[in-house]
Amino acid sequence: MGRDRTWLLLLPALGLLTLLFLAPLAWFLARTLFIETAPAEVPELFVDVLTARSMQVAALTTLWVSVLVTLATLVIGYPIAFYLANHRGWRAALVVFCVIVPYFTSVIVRTYALTVVLGRSGLINELLGASGLIGAPLALLYNTFGIVVGMTYVLLPYMVLTLYATMKAIDPSLLRAGRALGASPLYLFRRVYLPLSVPGIVSGSLIVLILALGFFITPALMGGPSDVTVAMLIERAVEILIDWPSAAVMSVVLLVATLILFAVYARVTDLRRMMGA
Amino acid sequence: MIGQDATVPGAVGLARPCERAAAAVTEPAGKVLELQGLTKIYGSETVVDRFETRIQAGEFFSLLGPSGSGKTTTLMMVAGFASIDAGRLLVDGVDLAAVPPERRGFGMVFQNYAIFPHMDVFENVAFPLRARGMPKSLVRERVAAALDLVRLGHLSDRYARQLSGGQQQRVAIARAIVFQPPVVLMDEPLGALDKNLRYDLQVEIKEIQRRLGMTVLYVTHDQEEAMNLSDRVAIMSRGRVEQIGAPRDVYERPANAFTACFLGEANLLPGRIVTPGPGRVAFQLEDGAVLHADEAATLAAGGEGQLFVRPEKLTLHPSADPPREGVNRLSGTVRRASFLGSVVRYAVEMGSGAFVTADAPNVAAHHHPELGERVALAWSPADTVILPPDAA
Repeated sequence: MGRDRTWLLLLPALGLLTLLFLAPLAWFLARTLFIETAPAEVPELFVDVLTARSMQVAALTTLWVSVLVTLATLVIGYPIAFYLANHRGWRAALVVFCVIVPYFTSVIVRTYALTVVLGRSGLINELLGASGLIGAPLALLYNTFGIVVGMTYVLLPYMVLTLYATMKAIDPSLLRAGRALGASPLYLFRRVYLPLSVPGIVSGSLIVLILALGFFITPALMGGPSDVTVAMLIERAVEILIDWPSAAVMSVVLLVATLILFAVYARVTDLRRMMGA
Repeated sequence: MIGQDATVPGAVGLARPCERAAAAVTEPAGKVLELQGLTKIYGSETVVDRFETRIQAGEFFSLLGPSGSGKTTTLMMVAGFASIDAGRLLVDGVDLAAVPPERRGFGMVFQNYAIFPHMDVFENVAFPLRARGMPKSLVRERVAAALDLVRLGHLSDRYARQLSGGQQQRVAIARAIVFQPPVVLMDEPLGALDKNLRYDLQVEIKEIQRRLGMTVLYVTHDQEEAMNLSDRVAIMSRGRVEQIGAPRDVYERPANAFTACFLGEANLLPGRIVTPGPGRVAFQLEDGAVLHADEAATLAAGGEGQLFVRPEKLTLHPSADPPREGVNRLSGTVRRASFLGSVVRYAVEMGSGAFVTADAPNVAAHHHPELGERVALAWSPADTVILPPDAA
């Protein structure tokens, strides 16, 4: 029989990934940090970039927005996933459709669509103004709120699908047993369903957080002047300031932060499998 | 918890709060469970058709039948997970139809154990008590007692994945009885276990039920299990109750061919009544042989039916042996012999081509014929029942 050679099947994907992701990244970092910069200056460069106020503010903004988005997707996504995990038929299919379809649409298109809804003379402000509920248009766009709304919309499917997978795996007979043994629906949710869905909450939150940290288009299009994320700072360093070494350092920082979260995510997902959940 | 005084502290799940000191030893803690024409309909199919019985307090009652016979649906109606389409369900005279499952106060055990994976054994067993808001000290005491009862006291900090199937099911049993429910429902609780373990747990379940005196409604497709455990068995087929009775009665006096065959090996020989009852019935097989039975369903002379006798009731004799008075006798040729351990099962071909199965105990004193040997089969009319013909 010989050795297992199925890993050969991964070669095309590995090749593509190396060619389009790893090689450019390595080349970019090597060139900016080791060729164009004297090796002795590299540590100094890191210190400079990391202590720069703009970077610190951007890092905090990125983290804050990402956490808000993660919470928002969790709060909105949990009930949706719960519904999907417990229903069949055309209604559930419709919900799946509504959750998944934005997934297949370009992020730019979706973001622009949201500006139409949230803008000063957008749908919401027009409706609220016409109904007399508000005197002046609300600032729904070009601020943190706008970013959070936009990113929540874009990232919601990841949360819903992750939660759904976990919830679908919860054995319905456990809930039946809980009820038969005298637990009210609320008690049952608190003591059985919620704890059993925690792996999904953790995985979903991590994946949304990871994706949110590197988000660029939505914050760039929907954020205000003060809402500068790390990704936007990198883009500015490259496009406007032509300061490639700084961009490289910031990229490394963002990449490392993301990889750490990803390591946690992988750990958690493995644990889940070990627990047979 | 229906119809009981929920204001008495610590009376959770007890049938009679004021008598609870004595309840464990003398009074049966169970309640009377009445199924009055219980019916379940899915679409155009009647899954359970007018189930009618009165289960006594402290009785062990089994629903026995093949899959799809409606036994689990019946249990789910009693548990409250399936709505009742017609009929009534009474517990000590109180109608439960509108009461949600969590308020019926029944204990329940499932085939797949349904142990909460995120709780250890102690927390699993404590669950019904905590759900009822029982104080902590009492919870500890009750859980310890319940775990002792199923001999799992030493495993209280384990998780389900660290337990064997038999241990998991014992946890499930402890969890179902810890709040001293008057009625416990069991849905094929031993179905996933291997045969030896199944028997051990049957003994344990029976012992616990006897000690606590609760009423048990038990679903199984294993006839030996049902007979071993039950005070009474209801044999179900395609939604209908074919027969209800004590295990021995339904085994020896089946009401029809379905019950006869479902409970074990059965010989069914078609023919018609020559002399009807009451008293000894004469029955003529299709090949002309006349046999006798002490019991026959209400069949008139000339009525068609089938003669029923269990294989272990037949004795094999060399065909040269003289016939004896008052004993049924048929002759045939041995075609197959299956060694089953405690018995040897012979298939004997009659002159008509029909086969009769006879079990001979595996003891030297018994006549054990060779293949192809002519033998006489003898059995008592007292072991013989004439059943109605198969309904089309």
